[in-house]
Amino acid sequence: MIHIKHVTKRYGTRHGTVTVLDDVNLTVHPGKKVGILGRNGAGKSTIIRLISGAERPSSGQIRREMSVSWPLAFGGAFQGTLTGLDNLRFICRVYGTSADDKIAYVQEFSELGRYLREPVKTYSAGMRARLAFAISMVVEFDCFLIDEIVAVGDNRFHEKCRIELFEKRKDRAMIIVSHDPGYVREHCDHAAVLVKGKLTAFAQVDDAFAFYQEHAAE
Amino acid sequence: MEDLSSSSQHSSLRASWAIQRRVIGALLMREVLTRFGRHNIGFLWLFVEPMLFTLGVTALWTLAKLGHGSNLPIVAFAITGYSSVLLWRNMPGRCIGAIGPNLALMYHRHVKVIDIFASRLLLEGAGATISFVVLGLFFCAIGWINPPEDIGKVLLAWFMLAWFGCSLALLMGALSEQSELIEKLWGPTSYLLFPLSGAAFMVDALPTAAQEFVLMLPMVHGVELLREGYFGSIFKAHYNMAYMAMVCSALSLFGLAKTRQISRTVMPE
Repeated sequence: MIHIKHVTKRYGTRHGTVTVLDDVNLTVHPGKKVGILGRNGAGKSTIIRLISGAERPSSGQIRREMSVSWPLAFGGAFQGTLTGLDNLRFICRVYGTSADDKIAYVQEFSELGRYLREPVKTYSAGMRARLAFAISMVVEFDCFLIDEIVAVGDNRFHEKCRIELFEKRKDRAMIIVSHDPGYVREHCDHAAVLVKGKLTAFAQVDDAFAFYQEHAAE
Repeated sequence: MEDLSSSSQHSSLRASWAIQRRVIGALLMREVLTRFGRHNIGFLWLFVEPMLFTLGVTALWTLAKLGHGSNLPIVAFAITGYSSVLLWRNMPGRCIGAIGPNLALMYHRHVKVIDIFASRLLLEGAGATISFVVLGLFFCAIGWINPPEDIGKVLLAWFMLAWFGCSLALLMGALSEQSELIEKLWGPTSYLLFPLSGAAFMVDALPTAAQEFVLMLPMVHGVELLREGYFGSIFKAHYNMAYMAMVCSALSLFGLAKTRQISRTVMPE
């Protein structure tokens, strides 16, 4: 289970403190897929980063009772001056798993060929996305955090990602953040909507979708 | 902090230690690769660079027969002096602005600010130490300097200088995340501190008033003890290790507190 209790996140900016998340509550059960809908700037990425533990809430509590991935976004979590291969090795070291037996998989999935041995900063957005996803799949978690996964890449790549995530790992929990209701509807058991820092959770994805449409203008 | 492989709510201290070791190890490799790469002599630069510095300074000081006011062995004087400077000065230099290039890696929750500082400090400490040891052994072997008279004092002094460097680095590194001024001011400050740090003079050769002044600087005590360990029988060293330890403790405390404070606000890229 993942429990998010009364979580508030504020950032200090040049024009005062901004409250991005305001008393947010959410529970994620093992194996369940929860979508979080919200418009650009609604705080979707912030909530994902808080759940992952990369950032800490200003107040409130997040309890992780299962292993939780880092936010799988296309492009993030890499050191640009390192090669793709060295980034893979770094991540394997951090998570305590061996890299040598994963290289072939990453090479094949990412279709990077010899570019795997070039610095990540020389990659195109699509190449980064393929590498990011491939590396994300070499460490196993009980819960995957997925941030705007449909943003980059072509159809073939999306299909490969879909098979890896929603077929091979369909027993895992997932928290999927998106502004695309179609994607959430297709893959999630439950959904919640972020509007102005407030999170409203719904048992049915369709109810969340209706709520999201209603507040789309806000 | 949760252990990845177990679903237990709280991991033991031991598991946390295992994670921290893994993370620091991973960051060490990342630093070595981005700093030295795989070209020419690669990571050997870690200590070849400080060695070249020290050798250059030793050569200059020997040629200039620096007026240090006594018949001290100039080579041993230069190696002890300049190696100490490298130890305490490079650590803060590497920790200032250390977070920025690593922000993307902080998406992984086990990677903390303190781990980034720790990996850079380990690397700087290792580089300066290897350089100091290799040069010491080399000049002993060719007979330009005598072996240390008291190796215990050399070790203690080196440890204290490293502690001073680490604690100052933690504080400066953390402060530099809050204010860009730190990065701008560290350059001139460290440059001005060099001639005052005891590397290029013996405290005993100074007038009494100046002695009191320079002995306010903690690193001077470390250099004096280091030299006493090397050739203590031919000069009178001035140091107070309790004073140095006190300053280092205070710096460590402030440094760790500040690091903790900024690690709550650091935002992954």
